[in-house]
Amino acid sequence: MPDDIDVKHLISKMAAAIQSHTDSHNNIAPIMIGIKTGGAWIAKALHQQLVYREPLGELNIAFYRDDFSTLGMHPRVSPSALPIDVTDRHIVLVDDVLYTGRTIRAAMNEIFDYGRPARITLAVLVDRGARELPIQADIIGKTIVLQAGQQLKLLGPEPLTLSIANVGSRGN
Amino acid sequence: MIGNNIQLDKNGNLKHFLTTEGLSLSLLQSILDHAESFSSVGERAVKKVPLLRGKTIANLFFEPSTRTRTTFELAAKRLSADILNLNISTSATHKGETLSDTLHTLEAMHCDMFVVRHANSGAAHYIATQVAPHISVINAGDGCHAHPTQAMLDMFTIRKHKQSLRNLRVAIVGDILHSRVARSEIHALGILGVLETRVVGPHTLIPKDVENLGVQVFHDMDEGLHGVDVVIMLRLQTERMSGALLPSAYEYFQRYGLTRKRLAQAKPDVIVMHPGPINRGVEIASDVADGEHSVILQQVSHGIAIRMAIMAMTMGRSPEDSEDSR
Repeated sequence: MPDDIDVKHLISKMAAAIQSHTDSHNNIAPIMIGIKTGGAWIAKALHQQLVYREPLGELNIAFYRDDFSTLGMHPRVSPSALPIDVTDRHIVLVDDVLYTGRTIRAAMNEIFDYGRPARITLAVLVDRGARELPIQADIIGKTIVLQAGQQLKLLGPEPLTLSIANVGSRGN
Repeated sequence: MIGNNIQLDKNGNLKHFLTTEGLSLSLLQSILDHAESFSSVGERAVKKVPLLRGKTIANLFFEPSTRTRTTFELAAKRLSADILNLNISTSATHKGETLSDTLHTLEAMHCDMFVVRHANSGAAHYIATQVAPHISVINAGDGCHAHPTQAMLDMFTIRKHKQSLRNLRVAIVGDILHSRVARSEIHALGILGVLETRVVGPHTLIPKDVENLGVQVFHDMDEGLHGVDVVIMLRLQTERMSGALLPSAYEYFQRYGLTRKRLAQAKPDVIVMHPGPINRGVEIASDVADGEHSVILQQVSHGIAIRMAIMAMTMGRSPEDSEDSR
């Protein structure tokens, strides 16, 4: 049976950490951007708890992936939507799982094509280690080290559930 | 007829884009969906994504074109590819040695994709059979045969305005005989499953066996437009005509020109399309071309997004497994 993790609790914890983090840099009001699809779900929940006045941004990093030449077009995710100008803003970038760091690199590249932010803070629900790039999160809901054959499964958007599934030898 | 196997790789993904004929519904929908994602790129501060960085695309135009060539060029640039524009004179083109020599020269320059416009039907297909395996070929119009990217941008424009294509009646009006756009559209509309596709025009400009493609033929403009959701006007291709197919431009406009009065036969929310360039006062009245039903300029913007989608899909084939590794 999969091992369920209390996502609600993690999100409340993250919201509090984001609040105190952005308060300590309170010269600029923060805006939140979630990475599709899972990161955008987490961002939506955080965005509601933190009652940010400005709308949530959503990023589809498919066009910025570094594996395009080997894997080709990613199956379709709806396009990026950044309803706010990112220039000179403090961005709270949200993703579900931080792993190799490649998704975050792609997301930051995309954000810079919209403008030049003053600061980017990275918040992730799960840090599962095994980084391939020098990228670290500022706010982490939970650190999970997976065993071989285990996989994280995030389902959402309503309700949000996170579990560790055993996929046997077929896992990647 | 040209087979479509050559368009797909062994996994069924798009490798060349030569014709809409014989492609699957899911593939056409996937092109439209990807175009939707790409259309937002043009609205940003930096109108570029790094998807095709380091790739070289050659625009091989054996026949003059401004709109198609520039939108392909812009699409390639928005994908960060390098693009080479070659306008090769049509006058003494002999398919064969000259063409293969041109191709081999470009291959030696390490091009990754050829976008081909040619006055001979089947030219893009022929080129696709000749090129090295890593090269993709996109048909930007071949003779009277096909113009699949134009057809797809028109499908994209229709989908933007009408929720579902399934309940639509679409009329394609004018010179069907010489129109590669019409052929590609008839196939695409059929695959996407519209309720009815009509072709409207004089006997001399409608191919004899066109009913076999599943379309209704009308020679009377008012009847043909009655109750339609979409009107696609075609340009009179006088440069492709030989012999007395038409009395005069004036008389043509009297019988088949799209005027406000004629358009009133269609549904109140009808959209009017035209692949351009428009011959005002020949196939369409100026006030209709500029009127509230016209989406002609939107077609041009949509052309960039569709061409980005097709270039990206042919250059990087979809992963078999959609699972993401982070």
